[in-house]
Amino acid sequence: MSISVKTFASSAEAASALSGDRAARFMGGGTLIMRAVNEGDQSFNTIVLASDPALKQVQPQGDRLIIGAGVTMTQILASRDLDFLHPVARAVGGPAIRNMATVGGNLFAAHPYGDMTAALLVLDCQVTLAGGQSTALADFLRDREREPRSLVASVSIARPQRGVFKFRKVSRVKPKGVSLMTIAAWVPQSGGRVSGARIAYSSMGPTPMRVPAVEQALEGAALDETGISSALAAATNGIEPPTDSIASSWYRREVAPVHLKRTLLEG
Amino acid sequence: MSKKPVQFTLNGETKAVFVDDGQNLLDVLRRGVGDLSPKYGCGQGTCGACTVLIDGEPHLSCLTLAETVEGRALSSTGGLAQGGELHPLQDAFMRHFAAQCGFCSCGMLMAAKALLDRTPNPSRDEVVEAISGNICRCTGYEPIIEAILDAAQNGAGRRSA
Repeated sequence: MSISVKTFASSAEAASALSGDRAARFMGGGTLIMRAVNEGDQSFNTIVLASDPALKQVQPQGDRLIIGAGVTMTQILASRDLDFLHPVARAVGGPAIRNMATVGGNLFAAHPYGDMTAALLVLDCQVTLAGGQSTALADFLRDREREPRSLVASVSIARPQRGVFKFRKVSRVKPKGVSLMTIAAWVPQSGGRVSGARIAYSSMGPTPMRVPAVEQALEGAALDETGISSALAAATNGIEPPTDSIASSWYRREVAPVHLKRTLLEG
Repeated sequence: MSKKPVQFTLNGETKAVFVDDGQNLLDVLRRGVGDLSPKYGCGQGTCGACTVLIDGEPHLSCLTLAETVEGRALSSTGGLAQGGELHPLQDAFMRHFAAQCGFCSCGMLMAAKALLDRTPNPSRDEVVEAISGNICRCTGYEPIIEAILDAAQNGAGRRSA
């Protein structure tokens, strides 16, 4: 395959190169695109790079944080502002992958990847494109295969209060392995009851997803074993977990309540 | 397919090569400049056998677009030994039988070097984390972990090369 590489100084220029060419792909850290090149993927023939420093920035904005799409997992681990995301970044690959893999790239990672995206889903993430348009992450994921081609410039997330955000990546290989299921939870409490819960999974479907059945069951519940029992019973309602080399659909269904319980009660 | 000129340093020596559009760094290191120490394992970022240091940080050379290393400083296992004397990490790997088939060793050594350069006296957990992206199908990892801890005790992290 003959590939051409085009490098642009700004994300706007890179976005315009992408929008006019269906055979072009944007490359952030390379962990998805170079993998495709190495596998002989014939679906694209142009790699677009951008050296725009804005893609690498993390900026607090009130009670939210703006993370450039080119921010790596290693950068997240070095940021005090993003300390609540450290367990998530640490769950992604080994040190070499973390030096390369970006937040923006994670939004496009195919099953079974996308641990960071599951976390972003519960952090009220808005995806901002290079043209300035903003989309809720759940909508972005639903449309990511058929959207007009553009470039993700940054994501905006809510900064959680202490103890509200919980994350767990379940893998059969220790200390690191591909996710069997990843669970992210945003469980604020008011008067000892959960209010406004957001729950997301990755590795449980074609893209990371919110889990409305669990969120509804948690509403008004106490965060203890009895309180979350109906949420656990609804752990896979409306979900068709995939069968792959990591686990069968049946197995994912069986263990989902166990890991959801551990996430909610142990963090 | 066009060729682009790229210049970088590898183990302290300046290298200038022409790379193909889309060519990965591993290919350039092995076929372009003849450093056979990084290995092609999976080509997918799963095994870590191609790990090299770019500006001191571990990267997977098979997933690195070659032209992006313009002006950067690369280190590979090929540059660890100095004047016929093994690097303390290589010596520890030998004494602890941390290599069997040896295919993962160069990636393991670079992952370990990146750790010790930053954390000269790591805990066992830090060693396990540092090599968590490198797969070994022979040793069961224990001799590798012991070798890295031993090398740290012998000052491998305080040596500059």
